[in-house]
Amino acid sequence: MAEQTSTVNAWPAHPADLIPAGRKRLGWGLLAIATLGLLAIIVVQILYKAEMSTVGFDTWRPVVYAYILWGAALGAWQVLTRGEDGQRALFLLPALLFTIAMVIFPTLFGFYIALTDWNLSSFSGRRFNGLDNFWQMLADPYYRNALLNMVLYVLAVLVEYVIAFGLALLLNAQIRARKFFRVVFLLPLMLSPVAVSWMVGKSLMEYRFGPAATLARHLGWDNPAFFSDPITARISIMMLDAWTFIPFMMIMLLAGLQAMSREVLEAARVDGATAWQTFWQVTFPLMLPVSVTAVILRIIFKLKLADIIITLTSGGPGGATDSVSSFIYREYRDRSNVGYGTMLAMAYLVIIVVFVTWLLKFASRFVRNVN
Amino acid sequence: MSVQTTDYTVSEIRSPAAFIASRVFIYGALAFWAFVCLFPIYWTITTSFKSAVDVTQGHLIPFVDFTPDWKGWRSLGLSPDSISQTSTVRDEFLKRFMNSVITSVGASSLAIIIGSLAAYGLVRYRYKFAWFKNEDISFFFLSQLILPPVVLALPFLVLYREVALLDTRIGLVLLYTLMVLPIVIWIMRDQFNSIPVELEEAALVDGLSIWGAFFRIVMPIALPGMVAAFILAMVLCWNEYFFAALLTSTDAKTIPVMVASQTGSQGINWWSMAALATAAITPLAIIGIALERYLIMGMTAGSVK
Repeated sequence: MAEQTSTVNAWPAHPADLIPAGRKRLGWGLLAIATLGLLAIIVVQILYKAEMSTVGFDTWRPVVYAYILWGAALGAWQVLTRGEDGQRALFLLPALLFTIAMVIFPTLFGFYIALTDWNLSSFSGRRFNGLDNFWQMLADPYYRNALLNMVLYVLAVLVEYVIAFGLALLLNAQIRARKFFRVVFLLPLMLSPVAVSWMVGKSLMEYRFGPAATLARHLGWDNPAFFSDPITARISIMMLDAWTFIPFMMIMLLAGLQAMSREVLEAARVDGATAWQTFWQVTFPLMLPVSVTAVILRIIFKLKLADIIITLTSGGPGGATDSVSSFIYREYRDRSNVGYGTMLAMAYLVIIVVFVTWLLKFASRFVRNVN
Repeated sequence: MSVQTTDYTVSEIRSPAAFIASRVFIYGALAFWAFVCLFPIYWTITTSFKSAVDVTQGHLIPFVDFTPDWKGWRSLGLSPDSISQTSTVRDEFLKRFMNSVITSVGASSLAIIIGSLAAYGLVRYRYKFAWFKNEDISFFFLSQLILPPVVLALPFLVLYREVALLDTRIGLVLLYTLMVLPIVIWIMRDQFNSIPVELEEAALVDGLSIWGAFFRIVMPIALPGMVAAFILAMVLCWNEYFFAALLTSTDAKTIPVMVASQTGSQGINWWSMAALATAAITPLAIIGIALERYLIMGMTAGSVK
């Protein structure tokens, strides 16, 4: 399965041929039994579910147990046949087996569901319908709208970045009670977005009596309805999401600022640069790598945006605030349309993978050019 | 973290007037943002002590604007006068609360165990599974971070029904583990990288096995990193809504789902909503304040070299 060499030459090596043949045979036997057992259970279960045999289990749960046992046997096989190298492989195996089982299989299964017309509320069960969902998706104005919204939401990250950078600079300046402000600024990240957005969106920003609406009236906005007009509704969602996640970028940028060497800044000061010049010509370029990391991580989190929208607007008014995730969520919750919803999700996955890959490439080139 | 400061803003400024102006600006901005961060929390907590009239008239300050009342907490069965009586709402709330505790602690622990092991292996040894080398395996783990929950949600809905894990805590634990595993591996890789390899070499020379060296030498040193990763994972799991909303219905519902489902048919009970929201955010607010150092450590792992 694997050949490894230790990174450190001085470590005692146990060549595979020092392991007695009997121990190796035991390992191989164990693996063979486990593999056969796993396959046997799967075959029995498939036959039972296809009503071709009467022996089997009500649910597929035994297959899960069999997989776990098989994983254990795989580990034992590594140790028995490969000695110390096997012990090293044991570090990686649990996480690897877990992730493969939890990601690869469901994703493949998802691609299959995406090609069926499976609706949980209909009695006919699932039927393979090829690319019908795909054509339906291309013609779906609401999905296109949700994708467009995602572009807007991602662009809002730049504004968040500017605010986060400003806050990081503030926290990095010579101030009293730094720890207090840092804890306070960090708090929004800790709190459940659902609970907070519920309280903020539905009562603080309530049209009639919410303090935010009252304040907006005082500031001259006659009709402070935060969630009824498409553009203000989008901005409200962006603000709530920004409230939660600005601390995340702020902390990363603050760490970057504090890791910066003081000599460079000192040199800039001696050369007579103003604070403004120092920032743009020293601090900002030096902070670019950290900035890029923070922005990319933030965009990745932004692409998952759903819970605030689901609890606050359910995508309203008229789908104006929908993110892709919240749209698919309602496609399932309201219409039980598993097949179509999965097709939308899979298309979104492809778009995300392409976009993030491009982003990483772009960012790495960008950062290198500056340095 | 707070020891070094770069005071170029201050050192630039020479006249006292400009100095005072910059101080005023800095503290003004700090106070403004502190207000932005704290006011929603203040509003949530005070609303749980308001009656309907106080909410609709926008009263803000307790004892001045309105008389605090245990109304919200009474409706949850958690006020001083109702705590001794039986309350179905309280039982329901405690059940959801325990679900949240069990799923987030369970998932974080599981992720820490398998994540640290994998991170250690990836840092210290060279693997080659078929054509996958260390970098590819690391990338495989970290790339899971990109995967949006919505992609896995519907397949899992179907699969969990087939394996009878729908609406169970163990089902949620498995999914949350998957969700936080990339972050844990990211943090722990950084941690193990900072431990000098000579320590393990010495342990091996002294006769410890590979795993013995890991448990007796490496783990104690990496413990702060583990705490950091654990807390970050806890926060993410506790606040998770999407999977919980889709995959649980009666038994395994968590607190965020309970909060979101409070919009009853008879209108919104602000006070009970506020009490519930307060109860949902309090545990993490406490953790955040007490263990802020570890959170920052977790979030900045690997980003700054």
